[in-house]
Amino acid sequence: MGAIQPKVSEPVSDELALVEAAKAGDDAAFEELVRRYDRNVFRIAQHITQNREDAEDVVQDAFVKAYTNLKQFQGQSKFYTWLVRIAVNEALMKLRRRRPERTVSLDEDVKTEDDSVPREVADWSPNPEQQYTQAELRDILDRTIHGLPATFRTVFVLRDVEGLSTEETAEALSLSIPAVKSRLLRARLQLRERLNKFFQRRDRVNGSQKPLSGDGNQ
Amino acid sequence: MKCSEFLHELTDYLDGVIDSGTKSELEEHLAWCHNCYVVCDTTKKTIEIYRDSKLYELPENLETKLRSAIAARCKSHKNKTSEGKA
Repeated sequence: MGAIQPKVSEPVSDELALVEAAKAGDDAAFEELVRRYDRNVFRIAQHITQNREDAEDVVQDAFVKAYTNLKQFQGQSKFYTWLVRIAVNEALMKLRRRRPERTVSLDEDVKTEDDSVPREVADWSPNPEQQYTQAELRDILDRTIHGLPATFRTVFVLRDVEGLSTEETAEALSLSIPAVKSRLLRARLQLRERLNKFFQRRDRVNGSQKPLSGDGNQ
Repeated sequence: MKCSEFLHELTDYLDGVIDSGTKSELEEHLAWCHNCYVVCDTTKKTIEIYRDSKLYELPENLETKLRSAIAARCKSHKNKTSEGKA
């Protein structure tokens, strides 16, 4: 079984030139940066806020904040990573306002003792997503990721949906690399577990349903 | 290798950022441990399904609206800043 194929990222060769032009007052250059990244920022914002109107606000606020603070961007990281950092902060602020009863922080450690240990090990159909229409699949994926803590959703969307590297994700979220890796593992395993009921093979009544014991002697 | 040790390395294994020695150990474990094979395979599918899904795509009409709103707010900021300097 091989590694997942990395997502091909947008060419960034002219990104710095666009940023420099925008800094010098060229609004067309900034508009090009908006065109390049608005879909990504919207996706990230909706993953975090789980609310369409909030995501729309986040897209606007993040780009306007980037524009007004462009001179502070020193080019040590990619512009996109810097923009994602702004967008994540805006999205978390929205989430905190909407759910004041719950503190939402990327630093929170929502670990429970065994939340990473798969409880149900059921094989899936060969192309499980094809059992559903596009609309049904989107609904399943939406509801499934909705149940994850914000900190896990955020790491998962940056790494696995948007294709940022572990280092870029750590930088965008002000987390250490081990913290990103730990949250990513738990996000992936929890999503997998939650998707079991939709995607598991129907043809095996006595499929493998045993939990992983951790001792390898099965 | 124990299943818990396999799980610990799963993210690096799926991301292809693991040294060849550990990779061989993991694949040896996968060869006989069906449960870990299934967890690994279905976790990989989970990632691919989310990555390839069109979840939260920005509709074109909304994109146009957002771009106009962003341009207007940036312009307003620029005008205020230049008024301040004048």
